[in-house]
Amino acid sequence: MKFPMIAAGLAMASMASAETPELIVYTYDSFVSEWGPGPAVEKAFEAQCECDLKLVGVGDGAAMLARVRLEGARTEADVVLGLDTNLTAAATETGLFANHGMDDVAFDLPVEWSDPMFLPYDWGYFAFVHDTTKTPDVPQNFKALADSDLQIVIQDPRSSTPGLGLLMWVKAAYGDEAPVIWEGLADNIVTVTKGWSEAYGMFLEGEADMVLSYTTSPAYHLIAEEDATKAAVAFDEGNYLQVEVAAKVAHTEESDLADEFLTFMVSDTFQSIIPTTNWMYPAVTPETGLPSGFETLANPSSALLFPAGDAMAVRDAALDEWLNALSQ
Amino acid sequence: MAQRAVSINGVLRGLVPWAGAIVSALLVLLCLGTVLAVFLRAESAAQFSRSDWVAVRFTVTQAFLSALLSVVLAIPVARALARREFRGRHTMIALLGAPFILPVIVAILGLLAVFGRTGVFSIVLGWFGLPPVQIYGLHGVVLAHVFFNLPLAVRFLLQGWAAIPAEHFRLVASLGGGPRDVGRLLERPMLWRVLPGTFALIFLICTTSFAVALALGGGPKATTVELAIYQAFRFDFDLSKAALLAVVQLVLSGSAAIAAWKFSRQHDAGQGLDRVVQRYDRAHGRLADAAWLGFVVLLLGLPLVMVVMQGAAGFLSMPASVWAAAGRSLLVALASTCLAVTFGLALSLWLARLRGAPRALGEMVAYLTVAVSPLVMGAGLFILIFPFASPRDWALPITALVNAAMALPFVTRALMPAVEACEAEYGPLAESLRLRSWARLRYLTLPRLRRPIGFVAGLAAALSMGDLGVVALFADPEQATLPLKLYDLMGAYRMEAAAGAGLLLMGLSFGLFYLFDRGGRMNASV
Repeated sequence: MKFPMIAAGLAMASMASAETPELIVYTYDSFVSEWGPGPAVEKAFEAQCECDLKLVGVGDGAAMLARVRLEGARTEADVVLGLDTNLTAAATETGLFANHGMDDVAFDLPVEWSDPMFLPYDWGYFAFVHDTTKTPDVPQNFKALADSDLQIVIQDPRSSTPGLGLLMWVKAAYGDEAPVIWEGLADNIVTVTKGWSEAYGMFLEGEADMVLSYTTSPAYHLIAEEDATKAAVAFDEGNYLQVEVAAKVAHTEESDLADEFLTFMVSDTFQSIIPTTNWMYPAVTPETGLPSGFETLANPSSALLFPAGDAMAVRDAALDEWLNALSQ
Repeated sequence: MAQRAVSINGVLRGLVPWAGAIVSALLVLLCLGTVLAVFLRAESAAQFSRSDWVAVRFTVTQAFLSALLSVVLAIPVARALARREFRGRHTMIALLGAPFILPVIVAILGLLAVFGRTGVFSIVLGWFGLPPVQIYGLHGVVLAHVFFNLPLAVRFLLQGWAAIPAEHFRLVASLGGGPRDVGRLLERPMLWRVLPGTFALIFLICTTSFAVALALGGGPKATTVELAIYQAFRFDFDLSKAALLAVVQLVLSGSAAIAAWKFSRQHDAGQGLDRVVQRYDRAHGRLADAAWLGFVVLLLGLPLVMVVMQGAAGFLSMPASVWAAAGRSLLVALASTCLAVTFGLALSLWLARLRGAPRALGEMVAYLTVAVSPLVMGAGLFILIFPFASPRDWALPITALVNAAMALPFVTRALMPAVEACEAEYGPLAESLRLRSWARLRYLTLPRLRRPIGFVAGLAAALSMGDLGVVALFADPEQATLPLKLYDLMGAYRMEAAAGAGLLLMGLSFGLFYLFDRGGRMNASV
């Protein structure tokens, strides 16, 4: 009698596990940290999907793409969240991603959006952040920054999307003159970190005067910590725009669930979590609007951005220039 | 049935002498086969860019400076230790061995606490109105390497001093020679013999540096070849670049290894009666010696004291994932130890029978992993496994295997003399009793080698426990070992939890070494 019961139990157990499918989303480290959007997103989505949402932090954005390429078709990821327009062309080329099939989303982005594969979830401007009590006078452009003796931390453009963004920013602002700017900046750079979290942590610990982050970063200190001492600088050249995107993995076995997640991602629930956890502008402004405090943030004079199609070629050339300038 | 049992027994019996050959074949495959795997998988031939040259130049520069500083600083320290008698001298010499089994990432944690921009050193500088120091970049990398290799150099030089027969000192004294003459006649010739080998060995160790450059490098101008391999693999997924750099690394550390091997041949200083060295020049340089010893104690001790102090404070604020990582690390370390000891024993038993050219070749294979990049090994294994299974599932077994391979040169080096002595002493008797294969291993070799096996097991366990190399390639937060977890915590600037994890890691590494080493000595009946 015992044996059939065990067998029945096993069958039940396997049925139970089959009933709660698992959706694995690769994302960057700060997204899954306990103060990031991860916990709230997971709770909200699991409440509606009857599934197990697993957010896996795999380094920073650019390293994530390398990771997916490395794993290829065998990747466990169903959705990859956290690439940006500088990487979407390279990501498309891998053939590992599928179209999202959503063309009726009313985005509130500073740019037109028509990518059939990558769906935006937030955006922001890259900017250098400083502490107004420790460094009250800050340079307003790259040339002044290079001439100053301020210590800055930046991220590696090969592993991190802000690091890559800075590379594109300098290139967009200075073109062929970019290597000269980088040579001037070389002695200001304390170190180049693997990801955004490391760099921002170093800045907060006092290991540098300025850190490459976003114009929205001071909102975190203002809203979450009631600390108004952090500020971002809008540069004379304009600031480079980042649109953060996600896409469904082509080989996923949870295709419907992945679609459901992407739809959820541009919904009001997800979008209203973003401003005060990921500290970026939501891709679709929620009904309640932006949280108070966001109106105090620096507004760049102009938004710089390479079209996704050009970004790949620009990246490779700019990366060589960057490596050369900084390795002298 | 009986027939079959006999034949299996026969096969097994035949296996023992050949185990060493099998192990060395495996090593060659691990070291060179993996490079080949990376090469074959690469889609196009990579261009050697300028930043790659910079990585090569940086690797050589930092290794040269690290070796030079370690050796130069080691001379006065070793001399002070050689000619002074003081309470705690033996403890101090024993503790000089500790950095060898100290996890790199823990040392970096300690060095940051002392030399970071907000560290003790900068605070002291601030009292005098001086700006804080910056640890990232070339000087930080060299500092960390000196921290690890100065003690090694001191121990090597101490052996040199110990090799000068007591009679020589007496002779110089009786001829009316002072400290200057001791230096000219005895110490300098000895140093000229010992220094090149020591320098070359430290240079070699520093050329394969990964974790130090990962944590303290300052961007493209402070990148070692090993780090560049990691970046090519993890950041760009550029296998052709990784393969190219792997060959560069092989050539670089290969030539350093050959130099180290060439220079480190032992010279005979002449025989004495092995009496206790009586020094007649103790009145001289007392203050300077004290200052040098104080310097070393401070340089090595302060970072460790900081780890313990900050770690004790952060021990309770560690997330549960740290304990899970510690458990994984422990499992990996134990598996790696089993492999390393089995491999080392097999190799030593095999090599002890060989003579001439085959033996030289065999020894070269045993020491091959000194010159090979664990990251290339990892990348190669990743590519080899990929078609059959998810490399993620294999991350920990591969880490254990690579760690064992990396510990093998030290294991073999420590086991070889003991195996040879055992064979020389008891071999003929064992032969006359027809004690062979398993029986010989069980009743003769293992009991006789208990102490060295305990020692090398401790070494292998501690090295694996603290390793932050190949596991970083496969990194996955859910499978992180303790050193990787610690590195992640440092990256996220959760310094309290990182300090706690650092203390735990240090305790586990030293604890494992102590337990194994002790186990080898306990109730040793022979």
